[in-house]
Amino acid sequence: MPFVSPEIFAKQTIASIQDYSILCWRAVTNLFSRPRYWADIYTQMDSIGVGSTPIIVLTGFFTGCVLALQSATSLQEFGSVSLTGNLVALSMVKELGPVLTGLMVSGRNSSGMASEIGSMRVTEQIDAMRALGTDPVRKLVTPRLYATIFMLFFLTILSDAFGIAGGALVSVTIMGLNASSYFHNSYRALHYGDVVQGLTKPLFSGFIIATVGCYFGMTTKGGTQGVGKSTTQAVVVASIFIIVVDLLVTRAMIGIFGR
Amino acid sequence: MPADIAPGNLPQTQQIPDAAEPVVVFKDVSITFDVKPVLQNISFTVLRGETRIILGPAGGGKSVLMKLANGLIRPDAGTIRIFGDDITQMPETELFKLRARIGMVFQESALFDSLSVEDNVAYRLHEEHVPEEEAHQRVIEVLQFVELEHTINKFPAELSGGMRRRVSIARAIIAKPDLILYDSPTGGLDPITSTTIIDLVIKQRDVSHTTSLLITHRLQDAFLLAQSRFNEQTGKIEPIPNGGIDENTKFLVLNEGQVIFDGTTHELVHTTDPWLKEYLS
Repeated sequence: MPFVSPEIFAKQTIASIQDYSILCWRAVTNLFSRPRYWADIYTQMDSIGVGSTPIIVLTGFFTGCVLALQSATSLQEFGSVSLTGNLVALSMVKELGPVLTGLMVSGRNSSGMASEIGSMRVTEQIDAMRALGTDPVRKLVTPRLYATIFMLFFLTILSDAFGIAGGALVSVTIMGLNASSYFHNSYRALHYGDVVQGLTKPLFSGFIIATVGCYFGMTTKGGTQGVGKSTTQAVVVASIFIIVVDLLVTRAMIGIFGR
Repeated sequence: MPADIAPGNLPQTQQIPDAAEPVVVFKDVSITFDVKPVLQNISFTVLRGETRIILGPAGGGKSVLMKLANGLIRPDAGTIRIFGDDITQMPETELFKLRARIGMVFQESALFDSLSVEDNVAYRLHEEHVPEEEAHQRVIEVLQFVELEHTINKFPAELSGGMRRRVSIARAIIAKPDLILYDSPTGGLDPITSTTIIDLVIKQRDVSHTTSLLITHRLQDAFLLAQSRFNEQTGKIEPIPNGGIDENTKFLVLNEGQVIFDGTTHELVHTTDPWLKEYLS
């Protein structure tokens, strides 16, 4: 990788932040003016939401299983194995459900968006779209953005539910806990603020996944090698953003709800 | 927030053409990529109904000039007027409306690879919410014009390079634009296929009299355009009798980002410029 002077690096970084901000602003506001590409939004919902369901269900379920196993070992030392349900439910709903769903969808869809839009960029299809009088941000980015935010919300609920179910399976079959008591403890452990916290995070993650994926796609240069680079960068940057924003949202929610 | 193209309003954005008004005016246009000047003080005018052939060696800034004419990139200096409107300062949202009057054929066709030929060609009609039946009919008509009606259900990947270029021409002309930009339509094609493409350009020129800019680095294509016409009776391309040349076909020669020649076919072949004489020989 060639070295660049700090001045050029700083300028490029600021220009990238500016471009990303403009893209985000336009992608968000485009929905409030015509034309709106509803068909594209539904297509993306299907691709992002329905398409990601199997990996989200499997990830959530097995995370719940492992969480129950791990926590039971620790809780046994305090004679509190019966609290496994509390721990699994709180962990899944507040943290693991939203973050794992965000990371999995980021790996699947940020890369998909970056490579699809990047390929269109290097084969002049984006320019052709502009030449045909269509705003590529409106046609390609806005549908992906709203579809990801909307579907990630429901995918997170799915992940939480399967995680708790996975925890229940392990708790009942391996540790011999009572299923009714597990679910009762899980239900009692969750407060309003926990659910709000868990369901606020996917809104931010969805925004990050779509905007980062589309940004790297729209700024792809350098042929097929450039497409590969954009795809990798999109996943890496989106994943880091998701975890950083998770921390910020968690802190803000603790500030608001006190837990 | 940028207001965008409103398909229902498209016809209202079109102005009544003024026959005397130039369609394309470049005045002292310069653009630099990184530190390399690509175009320097380019000035030329294209009148209504004119076909302007842009010649020059590879890397001379021809494709950049074409993208500037469509507002896809903006110059660092100078002004570009299209249909009388200065597009150098025009917001992108206004440019989308202006581009509804411009058809563009890209160097590598730039067809949407996930759409069928029909959807590619009808793209602009779908954006303008033209009824499906009418759009289908117009797609068939325009595909007949480029003699590719049998490919309507195929995808771009299933077509040859020449066929893709013809589909690209069909997509550019379906909305009956007032200006067509052909960016190297024969680039990378064999001589026979290139002639087929140039025949289509001549046909479009003589049937619709649309103003156009055409980039080529093949001199034979350029002179074929200048010396041929479309015979509506026979439906074929033929040489203009008595060695005649098409009055509305003119030339612009670029080299290293500068205009070397701007004039008629007659002036070009009788040039005294040593570089140009060598280039043409």
